[in-house]
Amino acid sequence: MKKEGKEQIWRDYQKEIPDNDYFYVRSCIRQNFFPGSEKMFMKILVDDLGKNIYETEHHTTCGGIGYHSDVIPLETAMTIIARQFALMTEAGYKNYAASCITSFGLYSEVLETWHNFPEVLAKVRDNLKKSTGREFELPQHLAHASDIIYKVRQEIADKAKYKLINKETGKPLKVVEHIGCHYSKMFPHKGVGGAEYPYVLSGMVEAWGGEVIDYPERRHCCGFGFRQYLVQANRGYSLANTHKKFESMEPFEPDMIITNCPGCPYFLDRWQYVIAETEGKTYGGKNQGIPVFTYEEVASLVLGYNPWDICLQVHQVAVEPLLDKIGIKYDAGKKYEGLNGKDIGKPEMPGCIKCC
Amino acid sequence: MKSVVIVGAGIAGIEAAAKLTKSGVKVFLVEKEKEIGGHLRQWDRLFPTQENAQKVLEDIIDGLDNRAEVLKNVTVQHVEKKGDKFEITLTNNRSLTTDAVLMATGFDTFNARRKEEYGYGIYDNVITSTELEEMFKTERVLCTNGKAPERVAFVHCVGSRDAKVGNRYCSKVCCVTAVKQASEVKQLYPEAEVYNFYMDLRMFDRKFEDMYHEAQTSCGVQFVRGRLSEAAETKDGRLQIKAEDTLLGKPLKLTVDMLVLMTGMEPCSSGVALAKKLKIEQGSDRFFNGQNAYNLRNFTSTQGLFLAGTCTGPKTIPETLADARAAAAEVLSYLTK
Repeated sequence: MKKEGKEQIWRDYQKEIPDNDYFYVRSCIRQNFFPGSEKMFMKILVDDLGKNIYETEHHTTCGGIGYHSDVIPLETAMTIIARQFALMTEAGYKNYAASCITSFGLYSEVLETWHNFPEVLAKVRDNLKKSTGREFELPQHLAHASDIIYKVRQEIADKAKYKLINKETGKPLKVVEHIGCHYSKMFPHKGVGGAEYPYVLSGMVEAWGGEVIDYPERRHCCGFGFRQYLVQANRGYSLANTHKKFESMEPFEPDMIITNCPGCPYFLDRWQYVIAETEGKTYGGKNQGIPVFTYEEVASLVLGYNPWDICLQVHQVAVEPLLDKIGIKYDAGKKYEGLNGKDIGKPEMPGCIKCC
Repeated sequence: MKSVVIVGAGIAGIEAAAKLTKSGVKVFLVEKEKEIGGHLRQWDRLFPTQENAQKVLEDIIDGLDNRAEVLKNVTVQHVEKKGDKFEITLTNNRSLTTDAVLMATGFDTFNARRKEEYGYGIYDNVITSTELEEMFKTERVLCTNGKAPERVAFVHCVGSRDAKVGNRYCSKVCCVTAVKQASEVKQLYPEAEVYNFYMDLRMFDRKFEDMYHEAQTSCGVQFVRGRLSEAAETKDGRLQIKAEDTLLGKPLKLTVDMLVLMTGMEPCSSGVALAKKLKIEQGSDRFFNGQNAYNLRNFTSTQGLFLAGTCTGPKTIPETLADARAAAAEVLSYLTK
C-alpha cells in the first residue's frame, strides 16, 4: 500500500468548509439510534469551541428517506428542501449543515439539479411560495456535519484528554472507518477525499492518534441500503452485506469502527448481535464485538466526556473493552442510570456476544 | 531547399521524416523527450507476430539514415504562419523558418490513477500494460514481493469507452495487446491463472482473431465479459477484485496477485496545446480533425500544416506508419507544386 497515492487523491478532493456560522438540521433517526451524537455535536462546537451553530425546532425531514424508499417523488423532496432553505434564509444563515448523510446526498443532488435545470428551481420556488408563502436563498456552502468536525479535528486534538492509542502497548488503535454511501459516492467532489478513498473520517482518526485500516470490503454498504432493509423480505440482503464486511475486516483485528451516517453505525452495531446469535461468531476477540461509534461519540470520548452521558449504553456491542484499551475512566455501576440517577432499565444480556 | 518541421519523433514523425528527406526535403525533427522513438521504446514484443519491438524501431529509425536534423529535449514554444512560411521558436531559443509543419504529436497513455477504484498508485501490484511490457523486456514479471504471480487479471478499456473519464472512444489496440500480454504471461508461467475482463473483444485486423483463439485454446487464458467495479488490497498484499460476469449475469469476486490495467490513448497534452495555437480543429474526443475523415485526413484548414499518426486518433503501428507515409506524400506534393 502506497500512502502517497491516497494523499494525492485527498489533495484532489478538498472542499471549502466554512469555520463558523451554520444552520444545522438534524437527522430523522439518529436521536433514536444514538441519542448523544447530535447533542454532542452542538455541545462540542458551541460550548467547547465557541462556534455559532443555529438550529430550529421548525425544520422537518428532508424527504430523503421517503425519496430513497420510492415513497415520495423527487419533486416533493425538492419542495421540502426548499422549505428547509427558507428557514435558513429567514434565520439569516448562508452555510447549511446536515446531520444525516442521506440528507447531505439529497441536498447535493437537488442543488446540482437546480444548477443544471434552473426552470426546475423556478417551479420549486413558485410551489413553495404558493403553499407556504416562503421564499429562499440557496446556501453558499453545504456541509455534512462530519465535514465540520473534520475541519476542527485539530482543535479537538489540542483539547483532547485521551488519544486513540492502546495505553498498554502505546500503539495506535486500529480503526475501521465507514463512510455513508450517500456522502460522496454520488458526487465525489462534494466529499472530503472523494468517493473511493474518503478522508473525512480518516483525517479525524489520524488527528486523534489512531491508525486507519483499509480492508477489501471497505467501500461496501453497511447493510442499510434502504430497500434491503425497509422491505422486510429483503432483510437477509442487509444482514449478508454486514456479514461480508465483518468477514473482510476480521483479519485486520480492528479495535473499533467509526462512521458518519445514521444507518451505518446502527446496522454495523446491531447486526453483530444477530450474526453472533445465528452463527455463534463474534469479531472483537474474547467473544466480544467490535465497538461501533459515530464520529461525534469518538470526538466526545477523546475530549473526556463521560461515556454514559453521551449515551454509549444504548449500543448493542459493549464499548467498555475499548474504553479500557484507551484508559478512559467510567463508572460501570452507572451505565444504566439516566438523567438525575434515574434507572433506565438494564437490557437482557445476549447469549453469544459478550456484553459486559 | 524546401524545409519542414515535424513535431514529434515517435514512429509517425520518424517515418515521415525518412520519406521526406529521401525526396530532398530539409527536415527538422523536434522531439520533447531525450530519445526518439516514442512509446514503442517501452515495448518488448508486438502483436500479431511477436516481432521484437526494439528491432522494428531500429529499422524505422534506420530509415532516417541521419538525413534529418533531430532536435531532442525541445518543444515548440511559438509558431506563427507569415505568408507562405512558418516561423517557429523552440524552447532552446532556436528559431526556424520552414515551408511546412507536420504535426506528429501522437498520444499520451491514459493516466490510470484517474480510475481511482482500481487503486493504481495506491495498491502494490496494480500495474499498467506499459509497465508489464517493460517487465517483459527485463524478463522479470514479478510481484513487488519478488514472487511470480499465480493469478493475474487484465482489465480492458481503462480510460477508453468510458464516459466517466470523458473518453467515449475505443483506443483500438488495447484488446489485442491484452490478448498478447495474457498469452505471454501464460507462456512465462504455465501454471498461472490468467483472466481478461472485457466489454467487447475488438479483434479487427488480420491474425487478431487467431491470437484470441490461441489465447483461449493453447494458452488457457480465461475471458470474462464484464468490467471491474473495484479493486482492494487484502491483508497479505493480494488484490481482491469485483466484477459482474455479464454472460452469466452474476457478480464475481476474485483474489489475484497482479492486476494489469490496459490503459488507452489520449491526445498528447503538449500536442493539444500546440494545436490550439495553430487553430487545428479537434473532435469531441480531443484528437485532431483533418479536413475530412476520408481522403483529406492529413490536411488541416491551414495551407502547409499537416497531420500524421495517432494525433488524429488511435492507430496500430502499421496504420500509423501508413498514415505517416501518406502525410509525407501530401507534404511533398505541397512543397513541389
